[in-house]
Amino acid sequence: MNYQIETKNLNVYYHNNNALKNINIKIPAKQLTAVIGPSGCGKTTLLKSFNRLLEIQDDVKTSGQILVDGENILDYKASEVPDIRKKMGLLSQKPYPLPMSIYENVAYGLRIHHNKTKEELDQAVENCLQEAGLWNEVKDRLHDPATRLSLGQQQRLCLARAIAVKPEVLLCDEPTSALDPISAQQIEKLLLKLKKEFTVVLVTHTLRQAKRVADYVIFIYFGEVLEQGPAKEVFNHPKHPQTKAYLVGEIG
Amino acid sequence: MNRRIIEENVFKILMLASLAIVLGSLVIIVGIVVINGFPALSIEMFTQTPTGRYYLGQGSGGILNAILGSLFLALPATALAYLIGLAIALYLQRDFLHPWASSFIRFTLDVLWGIPSIIYGVFCFMFMIMLGMRASLLVGIIALTLLEIPIITRYMDEAISMVPRGLKESAYSLGSTKFETAMKVVRRQAFPGILAGVLLGLGRGIGDAASILFTSGFSSDIPTSIFDSTAALPTIIFRFYTSPIPAVQQRAYAAAFILLMIVLTISIASRLLTRRFKKHVIK
Amino acid sequence: MEKKKLLWLIDTKLVLAIVIIFLLFSFILLPLSFSLLFLFLITFVLLYIFIKKHRKIRDFIGTKTMLLVTIIFIIFFFVMFSFILYKSMFILGTYSIFDILFSSVWNPEYGQFGLFPIIYVTVLVTGIALLIAVPISILSAIYITEYAPRRIRKTIRPFIDVLAGVPSVVYGLCAYLVLVPLVKDVIAPWFGIESTGSCVFTAAITLAIMVFPIIISLCIESFDAIPIALKEASLSVGATKWETVKKVVFRASASGIISSILLGFGRAFGETIAVSMVIGGIPRMPSSLFAPGQTLASLIISAYGEMMSVPLYESALMMVTLILFIVVLLFNIVGFAVLRRARRRGKF
Repeated sequence: MNYQIETKNLNVYYHNNNALKNINIKIPAKQLTAVIGPSGCGKTTLLKSFNRLLEIQDDVKTSGQILVDGENILDYKASEVPDIRKKMGLLSQKPYPLPMSIYENVAYGLRIHHNKTKEELDQAVENCLQEAGLWNEVKDRLHDPATRLSLGQQQRLCLARAIAVKPEVLLCDEPTSALDPISAQQIEKLLLKLKKEFTVVLVTHTLRQAKRVADYVIFIYFGEVLEQGPAKEVFNHPKHPQTKAYLVGEIG
Repeated sequence: MNRRIIEENVFKILMLASLAIVLGSLVIIVGIVVINGFPALSIEMFTQTPTGRYYLGQGSGGILNAILGSLFLALPATALAYLIGLAIALYLQRDFLHPWASSFIRFTLDVLWGIPSIIYGVFCFMFMIMLGMRASLLVGIIALTLLEIPIITRYMDEAISMVPRGLKESAYSLGSTKFETAMKVVRRQAFPGILAGVLLGLGRGIGDAASILFTSGFSSDIPTSIFDSTAALPTIIFRFYTSPIPAVQQRAYAAAFILLMIVLTISIASRLLTRRFKKHVIK
Repeated sequence: MEKKKLLWLIDTKLVLAIVIIFLLFSFILLPLSFSLLFLFLITFVLLYIFIKKHRKIRDFIGTKTMLLVTIIFIIFFFVMFSFILYKSMFILGTYSIFDILFSSVWNPEYGQFGLFPIIYVTVLVTGIALLIAVPISILSAIYITEYAPRRIRKTIRPFIDVLAGVPSVVYGLCAYLVLVPLVKDVIAPWFGIESTGSCVFTAAITLAIMVFPIIISLCIESFDAIPIALKEASLSVGATKWETVKKVVFRASASGIISSILLGFGRAFGETIAVSMVIGGIPRMPSSLFAPGQTLASLIISAYGEMMSVPLYESALMMVTLILFIVVLLFNIVGFAVLRRARRRGKF
């Protein structure tokens, strides 16, 4: 199995509080890895450390190694970090459309990174919106402000925006928790489709969602990884007692 | 129990009286300016410069020199203050600057905001003398810029601080650099607040007299170059409010009316804009 | 992550070095340094425009320009202060600071620079203004936050903002047209004093009105920040609204109120134009409240044209500016420090 992301002894400190302790995990490429665990245990922190988004906040210290395709991204200089981030798309819990038109949202990343002509841009925007399943709903109003879309549409827009820059990894932080059930289902279907092209890391605190979509599972409990492995194994034959307790609903 | 209720009622009356005094003052101020200023308005007031000699105007002409002078002073000053203030306000974000540094800078900005404008005027005047320059538009603009920077920056900083972190993170995760995100995303998101801040700075700049009184000089003509002296609406009021010649005094009243209208418009405009744009940008 | 802090320091050192060099230049060769700075900034802007393709360099330039502007701005404030300080030093060669602050005669043409009456009048005018403004403002603020129905609240706020935005000249003009005749014809005679109307009293009233918006808006902010639960706790014990205000609201927002008073004082102390329009401009000890006087700020305005020919006079005025600067600065610093701490702690 090919592992896209690996961490070695990763420790993250928030205000001198050890939020993530000695994390050693492997995320397989082109599969959907679900990160599960009770709220506040560090799932989001782990996700944001992968694209070095943590350092935007002050008072966050990271030690250890995060290897992406074999290279330790923590070694990179500050000026090189935007390029790392390009490799990792982020889908947040709350959809954050940029304060621009729908077209401009998707084109934002494209404009920054590539010198494309208008026709190339138009085509790329259409492709991404198609992949995100949004094209038919917005093709007539591409230049309307993105904030006019419904929450579900906004989230799909954020997805289109993220895949526009052709990342290799999609980091999803509870992307459906703010949405209604129908939109949530749409996003899940999209993720299942997209995992063939991208490595998807999905943080979720709904076990049912994890069971529906995950190929690989990582269980985090109070900042420590207690168990990781293929979904079938972890869900059906959990080894750690806490994992068992969580799966049964005793904790979290 | 009775005593307590009586006490409360007494204070209620006092409170209402206080409020009446405050609101009453505003009504009186607007009233006086309108009553004296409105009749002083005429087409000539707006379109002509004063004729006759410096202090003694012959009773004809208007205050076009002051109107244009005020615009020529306040608009460039506000533009400069906007540019400088934008750089500072954007840099104050946590993304760029450590909290203790930004806290210190914000504190300095607050303190500078409270400095009376005469100090900026004195400083620029002395500098001007030292450099051998004359009182002119240029020096006046510099003085006004200095005055407006803390005001505009403060409002912009508030607006920029309210940009949700998740939005910035979304931009960063697309590979956007900090500067790009600041310019393209943060600035747009905070636009209504930024605009309101600029308007309020402009309002302050147009109305201020102390900083430009001796730095921009006085002239009956419309300034044609940046090294010319110029009149401005506040200086017209200040110089001519006690003039024994009625026509000259009328100019002061007219100027006061125009000034007040400008300030009111800016106040209303910034409120409306903030409210309208908030609908588009709600997060 | 220690790396990150080090990098930040190195970057800033470079920028600081540049700025210090510029400052050294300024005290020696002013015009030259101005053009140097100008060139410097132009180069930055030009580079930015032409390096569209190289995002990293653009990011670097953009970020460093912002840093530069911020640093220059902060340093500029100190430059301004030092300049005024420097220019005031000259007069201290001839007179001691005590002479200046405590002599009673201000007659620059005869070399007499006694500021005592002026300082006295400034404090008097400001003091009276605040004495009037504080109770009125606080009572208004309480009414607005605790007693007024919502609709009235919403409509009143804009009025306070407008009051805050009125330029000082306009205040001065209105005071001249309304208060001066009032004092001259009604109020002063009632006390049996003859007055031209342009006096300490008029200036104080004018200042009081100008200070209303500051104190009111800060007090409203303080009162609003008090958690409703606290007020509910007091009311549910059977206290009246007014008792709740007295015992809970005032105590909880004490720092907010104090800071509003301090900031109002600073504003009033430094107010120049409106005061100079109605105070009468006589730099002597006023014989009564209805006699004319001169404040530090109005002195500067009135003397400005004349002082250029006499270096001692000029330095004396710079000294006045310095005193004004320092006093207002102190009040603002303490006022804002108290305000910030109150805001951080949620007004407790």
